[in-house]
Amino acid sequence: MQTLCRDCGHRPPPDAGTCPACNSSRVLRHGELHDLAIAHVDCDAFYAAIEKRDRPELRDVPVIVGGRHRGVVAACCYLARTYGVRSAMPMFQALKACPDAAIVKPDMSKYAAVGREVRAMMLSLTPLVEPLSIDEAFMDLSGAEPLHRASPAETLAALARRVEEELSITVSIGLSYNKFLAKIASDLDKPRGFAAVGRAEARAFLADRPVGLLWGVGKAMQGRLAEDGITLIGELARVGEAELVARYGKIGRRLFLFSRGEDDRPVDPDREAKSVSSEITLDEDVADLAKLRPILWRLAETVARRMKKAGVAGRGVTLKLKTAEFRTVTRARRLHGATRSAEEMFRAAEPLLAREADGRAFRLIGIGAHDLVEPGRAAQGDLFGGASPDGGVDKALDAVREKFGDGAIVRGRGFGVKLERQGPSKTE
Amino acid sequence: MKLTIERAALLTALTHAQSVVERRNTIPILSNVLVDADGGQLRLTATDLDLAIVDLAAADIAVPGSTTTTAHTLYDIVRKLPEGAQIELTFAEEADEPRVSLTAGRSSFLLPCLPKEDFPVMAEGELPHEFTLPTELLGNIIDKTRFAVSTEETRYYLNGIYLHTAEVDGRPVLRAVATDGHRLAQVNAPLPDGADGMPGVIVPRKAVAEVRKLIDEGGQDIEISLSESKIRFSVGESVLTSKLIDGTFPDYQRVIPDGNDKVMEVDTKVFAESIDRVSTVSTEKSRAVKMSLEGGKATIAAHSPDNASASEEIAVEYSSDGLEIGFNSRYLLDIASQIDGDTARFFLADAVSPTLIRDGGNADALYVLMPMRV
Repeated sequence: MQTLCRDCGHRPPPDAGTCPACNSSRVLRHGELHDLAIAHVDCDAFYAAIEKRDRPELRDVPVIVGGRHRGVVAACCYLARTYGVRSAMPMFQALKACPDAAIVKPDMSKYAAVGREVRAMMLSLTPLVEPLSIDEAFMDLSGAEPLHRASPAETLAALARRVEEELSITVSIGLSYNKFLAKIASDLDKPRGFAAVGRAEARAFLADRPVGLLWGVGKAMQGRLAEDGITLIGELARVGEAELVARYGKIGRRLFLFSRGEDDRPVDPDREAKSVSSEITLDEDVADLAKLRPILWRLAETVARRMKKAGVAGRGVTLKLKTAEFRTVTRARRLHGATRSAEEMFRAAEPLLAREADGRAFRLIGIGAHDLVEPGRAAQGDLFGGASPDGGVDKALDAVREKFGDGAIVRGRGFGVKLERQGPSKTE
Repeated sequence: MKLTIERAALLTALTHAQSVVERRNTIPILSNVLVDADGGQLRLTATDLDLAIVDLAAADIAVPGSTTTTAHTLYDIVRKLPEGAQIELTFAEEADEPRVSLTAGRSSFLLPCLPKEDFPVMAEGELPHEFTLPTELLGNIIDKTRFAVSTEETRYYLNGIYLHTAEVDGRPVLRAVATDGHRLAQVNAPLPDGADGMPGVIVPRKAVAEVRKLIDEGGQDIEISLSESKIRFSVGESVLTSKLIDGTFPDYQRVIPDGNDKVMEVDTKVFAESIDRVSTVSTEKSRAVKMSLEGGKATIAAHSPDNASASEEIAVEYSSDGLEIGFNSRYLLDIASQIDGDTARFFLADAVSPTLIRDGGNADALYVLMPMRV
């Protein structure tokens, strides 16, 4: 049995109840603790934790981050979760469950800044950091032991302490020998957790867990598996590889490997963003194209700005709508070349919107760019001028906004539209 | 309806019909072909509402009549029948469940029908402008322009070939232009009788493709008649009618450079082969190649983000100042493949302005290509 005190980094004897060095009870005990090197690090209730940190009066209050009367829960603290509030829950439902919650408007730029600080701490330990979102990442610490003069588990426990001390938020760590088990493990002991899953117990550990835990198994796949009588991961392993491939195709093989605790995907620090998008839950359902159009324009501007910041251009545009009945509609269109111009994205998405706006009322509208490329490589000029990839007007507008704020200058097309309750822009 | 027809005759007509019929249709009748037997001829009509094709085939008609049945299935059946087969088609309108019966030798098929009254007929209206072109010439015009037609739906007015009249050195011409904003192709042909005064029209991509197939099957001449909204092509036993794109083609003359003074002349074949070789390492997405001109040589180079690179030197005639310019290699190859002459002449200005390319063996064609930043 290998051990580690998460508070002082001491390795107590296996039979010690508390750490003899610091008397802490947070002692990890696991047969392979110091041999595992792939970690999933996930910040606990990230947005809510930051708000609580910055506003001490909220410390003992259930906190929900999100738009006030419509929209969805972007994040909620653990106190709010005890009332049944969950992220992505519609706000009215969350408030019904927890009427006393403090609702905080999201401040994405603040969260992004904290996220970057956490990321920097991870990168100081290994270059193999694969961000999954603003507040979680995989880390591969294989071979870093001589460098840190500490096992991966010790390095990670120290990282968790450093995040707490310097940023006053907490993280949960899942440690294993591959990505998918590490990701499952980080959820086991949340918040402020540390859980390890080793090779010896992986199969038994997975056997009686639901298949929904597996990467790539969403609602639809769960349904298909349930029809075939498979709800637990162990049942997948029993069906066997050949049968799973025959039944479900390519994903069958992955399911089989996962069910045996195998995952050979590397931690990839260069995993490229696949799309950049921005969406907003509207204050009230809107059916009127004339009202939706300027909102779409403002969202396109946001996406364009973010693409320029990220140094990417998109070769496809996606329009996303959610009807008043919560039905999601996405429509995509391929562009002629790569663009990061709001004008070009809007011109592609607007006809799609016009086609969908057939009287139905929408509660959410979003626009995204996908099929991303490095713009420098794809700078194919256009004979008819049009909006060039680096449209001069766009550039000037961005420069003004950078200096004087988002509202400082708008195109007439988006005049009067406020995007205050805009949901988080995503790069994924 | 009852008729006998030879497989080859039916197959030719059905090939045209099934090519117009979209594979996936939300309106069931559009999956069908209208079969019309009357006066010693079988008439097949297919449409996608933007485009309609009518084909005539000689048949032995015992009982005249008409109906509609599924185009792709009928085509597949006829295609799989042995060469030289005699096909009997019958249709009894009074039957409870009307179906087309097809028999050939020992094979027999029954196919579902939809009422012929439901089949949409495209109203042609009046087509006041009529002229005739040799099929070979029209084929040439199409080949030299259609590769540049845009597929981008946002600029729908570029989704076809712009056919119009123009004047070159006081001589009237019929001109075809296509562009996707990255490249432009223009071809002139002598103005045929009857085309004078015709409006400029944008012939949609699908119609162009269907006409091209008809041309491949021969026939000496193709008759074209058009109005501002429709165009009709008659060749052999086929008549294709298409709606025109309702839009304004941009002022393309504005983007054809006339002051580019750096001239490079290159052997077309040597150039195309070199571009093809070098672009092997260029990334799938950008396909960029860089051309460096200096003295009597051009160095063509490409590299990929994962560090593959290639370069090749070819002899050219070039005496202006040195120039480096990037292009999409696929665009260069598309153009090179349409150049008839042994040489191609590039008229360049700088690395960001449009380049004009002329065919050393065909003064009627020209191409404009926008560079890539590399």
